[in-house]
Amino acid sequence: MSVFLDIFTVAAVSAGAFFFLAGIVGLLRFPDTLSRLHALTKADNLGLGLPRAGGLLAALKLVVVWLLVLLASAMVSQMVARVARRGGSPS
Amino acid sequence: MTVASTLALVLALLLVAIAAWTVATRRTFAAVEGFVAYGLLLSIAWVSLKAIDVALTEAAIGSGLTGVLLIGAAARLRTTEAALSAERPGTPLRWLAAAASAAVAGAIAIGVLSLPDPAPTLAPAVLEHLPSIGLGNAVTAVLLAYRGIDTLLESIVVVFALIGVWSLAPDRVWGGYPGPRQYADPNSILAYLARVLPPIGIVVGLYIFWVGADLPGGKFQGATILAAMWLLAMMAGLADAPPISRTWLRILLVAGPLLFIAIGLAGALTAGAVLAYPEGYAKLLIKVIEAALLPTLVLTLALLVAGAPERTAPR
Repeated sequence: MSVFLDIFTVAAVSAGAFFFLAGIVGLLRFPDTLSRLHALTKADNLGLGLPRAGGLLAALKLVVVWLLVLLASAMVSQMVARVARRGGSPS
Repeated sequence: MTVASTLALVLALLLVAIAAWTVATRRTFAAVEGFVAYGLLLSIAWVSLKAIDVALTEAAIGSGLTGVLLIGAAARLRTTEAALSAERPGTPLRWLAAAASAAVAGAIAIGVLSLPDPAPTLAPAVLEHLPSIGLGNAVTAVLLAYRGIDTLLESIVVVFALIGVWSLAPDRVWGGYPGPRQYADPNSILAYLARVLPPIGIVVGLYIFWVGADLPGGKFQGATILAAMWLLAMMAGLADAPPISRTWLRILLVAGPLLFIAIGLAGALTAGAVLAYPEGYAKLLIKVIEAALLPTLVLTLALLVAGAPERTAPR
């Protein structure tokens, strides 16, 4: 049983790290603010969510933290996107 | 090399890199961003050193609150920034500044490196006497029992800082509302966040304040979270800061430090020394002081960010 848990943990954490990496590549390479924002928030949500699922046993607190981060990142991306759409973005 | 020491090395290199970038960048706003990121990385470093109290304070005050104040300052400086960065100081002055910075950094490095190993510490003595105070968190015990005078002065300094900010107000708005009135669309995402987050934030802030007696946390960290919730409501236009001439506001601002001083002076009679606590009442008195300081700190920190009065109070 614990072997399966370990495999699950390694898989989930690796997948989370992959999403973070993809998000960072997107942040650095995408051409404009809106697509950079898209790369960052989508990847962050999953990247943070999967390592959380990896530590399933001591996880309730982390679930709450993750939900708060989801809320904050969704809000912030909305607000940045609004400023960008109004033409406030330098590049 | 183990995983832990590799991580520590990466963290240290990142810290030095961000610090260098913050100093080197020419744009004020970028430097502020670097400073905030530096503070957050620094709090991760404190966590890895098992100094959770310091990490919380660094994240809340060092990076969070100071970061917001610096962003406000950078936004104000934006109009004059181009002229300022065009005007480069002369070569001798820059060399002088570099030499002075290097001398300070060198002196600190020599000081740290010449510490005896193991470094002199009072930590075992603090831990030994922890039960007699009745607190579980050694940091809180040091801050309020052994180094009470520091904490007292700290709580007075933040009120002085606020008076300093207020004194920047022009005469005609003295006593008025701090900062510009924020108007936001009541259906906007910011207003939504300002309705959803404060209930959670208030509970977390009060919890961190209360748990500070036995676990990492305390009044400064809790007060920062509570102040942030108030500021969020202010930014979304759902609440307004009170005019600075309000009597209740001024009473609350001085109530915390005054009660601290009163309890400290009473210690001279009941326990034989100023800022000493009578036997058996230490924990109770420390919690009373912290509870009285909490509203003072919340108001001070939030109003520091809100800024100097800019609108006249209603007659």
